[in-house]
Amino acid sequence: MERGSLRELEYPFDSEYILKNAKKLRRVLLAEEGVRIRKKIAVLGGSTTHDIIRILELFLLHQGIEPEFYESEYGQYFQDAMFGNERLKDFAPDVIYIHTSGRNVTACPKPGDGREETEALLEEQFGHFSAMWDKLEADYHCPVIQNNFEYPFYRLLGNQDGAAISGRTRFLTRLNERFYQYGETHENFYINDINYISAAYGLDKWSDPFYWHMYKYCLCMQAIPEFAYNLCNIIKAVFGKNKKALVLDLDNTLWGGVVGDDGADNLEIGQETSMGQVYAEFQSYIKAQKDIGVMLNINSKNEEENAMAGLEHPAGTLKPDDFIVIKANWEPKSKNLEDIAAELNILPESLVFVDDNPAEREIVRMQTPAAAPEIGRPEQYIRVLDRSGFFEVTSLSEDDRRRSDMYRANRMREKQQTGFADYGEYLKSLGMKGTIRSFEPVYMARIAQLTNKSNQFNLTTRRYTQGEIEQAAADGEYITLYGKLEDKFGDNGVVSVVIGHKKEEELHIDLWIMSCRVLKRDMEFAMMDRLVEESRKEGIERILGYYYPTAKNKMVENFYGLQGFGKIKEDEEGNTVWLYEIPEIYEKKNKYIEVEMERE
Amino acid sequence: MTREEVFETLNGVFQDVFDDESIVVKEETTADDIEDWDSLEHINLIAAVEQEFGIKFSMGQVVAMKNVGEMADIIMGQIKD
Repeated sequence: MERGSLRELEYPFDSEYILKNAKKLRRVLLAEEGVRIRKKIAVLGGSTTHDIIRILELFLLHQGIEPEFYESEYGQYFQDAMFGNERLKDFAPDVIYIHTSGRNVTACPKPGDGREETEALLEEQFGHFSAMWDKLEADYHCPVIQNNFEYPFYRLLGNQDGAAISGRTRFLTRLNERFYQYGETHENFYINDINYISAAYGLDKWSDPFYWHMYKYCLCMQAIPEFAYNLCNIIKAVFGKNKKALVLDLDNTLWGGVVGDDGADNLEIGQETSMGQVYAEFQSYIKAQKDIGVMLNINSKNEEENAMAGLEHPAGTLKPDDFIVIKANWEPKSKNLEDIAAELNILPESLVFVDDNPAEREIVRMQTPAAAPEIGRPEQYIRVLDRSGFFEVTSLSEDDRRRSDMYRANRMREKQQTGFADYGEYLKSLGMKGTIRSFEPVYMARIAQLTNKSNQFNLTTRRYTQGEIEQAAADGEYITLYGKLEDKFGDNGVVSVVIGHKKEEELHIDLWIMSCRVLKRDMEFAMMDRLVEESRKEGIERILGYYYPTAKNKMVENFYGLQGFGKIKEDEEGNTVWLYEIPEIYEKKNKYIEVEMERE
Repeated sequence: MTREEVFETLNGVFQDVFDDESIVVKEETTADDIEDWDSLEHINLIAAVEQEFGIKFSMGQVVAMKNVGEMADIIMGQIKD
């Protein structure tokens, strides 16, 4: 059996089943094929940890991590950390997990204690933990995972317990805050948020005193799988086992209805209906994933045109630009998914497939190693995806926030599509080198071809034969420039051409074209810089640009305006004339292309 | 549910928990008779039995239980209610 195929261990899971059949599950997991990484995990407990380790092991194995455990003697977490411990030293842990709970908080204010006493107790209790973390960091140099505290299961001060300075609930909340502050200044320190998980599970059930007094478990038996799953998410994230991208269906996943049948106008999305609101919230949730570095993609059985119409719905938060790869076709979804992985240059197992249709999920599970969670009903989508922890955050970097944009730009670069995201960092990363010179014999054919092919980035749509090009190049009354652009992905060849003729101190631009595949790479500015430079050499003081609208060149309607020209004439057909006075001090517009001007 | 049926169901739970299909529990079976049945596995066993029968043992009952027969007594008492 393939590794990771045990559905019983995928969220949402049946905790009772896992607890009862843990032995069998372990046997099956260990028999699975595939490569696992081995990690040594030290569990330092403030209460019983036996079943926590037993269940954690299952989830780790399922994630491709084969753990070896060190388990402290009952309740000996502090002693194990603070005092010389040969056994733990020899074990040499890859990660240390400290399993403490509200049951381990010994210093706690009494009703009526004031701010000063409470503060002292807080320092004492925090110091107990921070001294231990510091020691562990010094001795073991490995990640430390620390539980925060769940809320107490009773409130001596009732509603004031969380508000009054001497309330236990307030005290634990403040202690948790101190833990978080420690984490902010210590790398490799991670909080296992049992405060949240216990609340989500139900605090009364979680803290059932039966399990404490019978077996010294700080949580009930039935909650252990959810607890262990949450902990496993941190460990697998630390060891690089997070997923990287979402692959989303459209119809009845990102909106209610079928766009091909119902039409984009009739989809359920937005604030008008309850279901519309559910899908709108889900779209917002998905969009926010980009901020933690998750790449979004579409895999939908649809005509592309319809898919786009749906994504352009004004009430939808997600827009086509939010996605890196959009597959809207009639191919099997498993094939699309493999293609998406290949295009993103990541492994299919790093993908999470989200689809309302159980049959599609099944096909993807059977044919690919991607995750395909049982997402339930639309109102459950967010919880299931969120709690699954596919993209568990350990630290947030600038790269995470930008990853989607970078990938998208790269992909567009590779596919030579139009509309680059204009990110300076990205442009810099391309390491672009340009060559901009007067027409040279070797490029005449290419230049002529370009004047006949370019439709969109073409100001005058004037066509030239190769003979005319050669003539212009030879004629001293013309200024001609061709531009080549290279970057780390390769040479784009000749991508831009400018031809102007001189009339005393004026240069009239007859042609300015550029290949759309280098749009927004600063190439148009590099050409402008060079044109100004050439013009000056020839004693030109003013440059006149002409724009003649066609059905296809609307994108350059305001091109001369962007270059700093002023519009001096416009006729009824929309033909415009633009004027640029060359200033005394010309500041170069191109910032990202290193331009080589003269022949070596 | 008859006593035989309770035992049949219990037998299934024991087999699952200890991952051993050869287990056959009787009235007088105790932890000494099943190799893996230690105090830690006992916790898991109790939880699995509770879930299977949809019942909840009190602390007093868990502490006092001497063998599988007594467990069956408590179960029959609870499902009759």
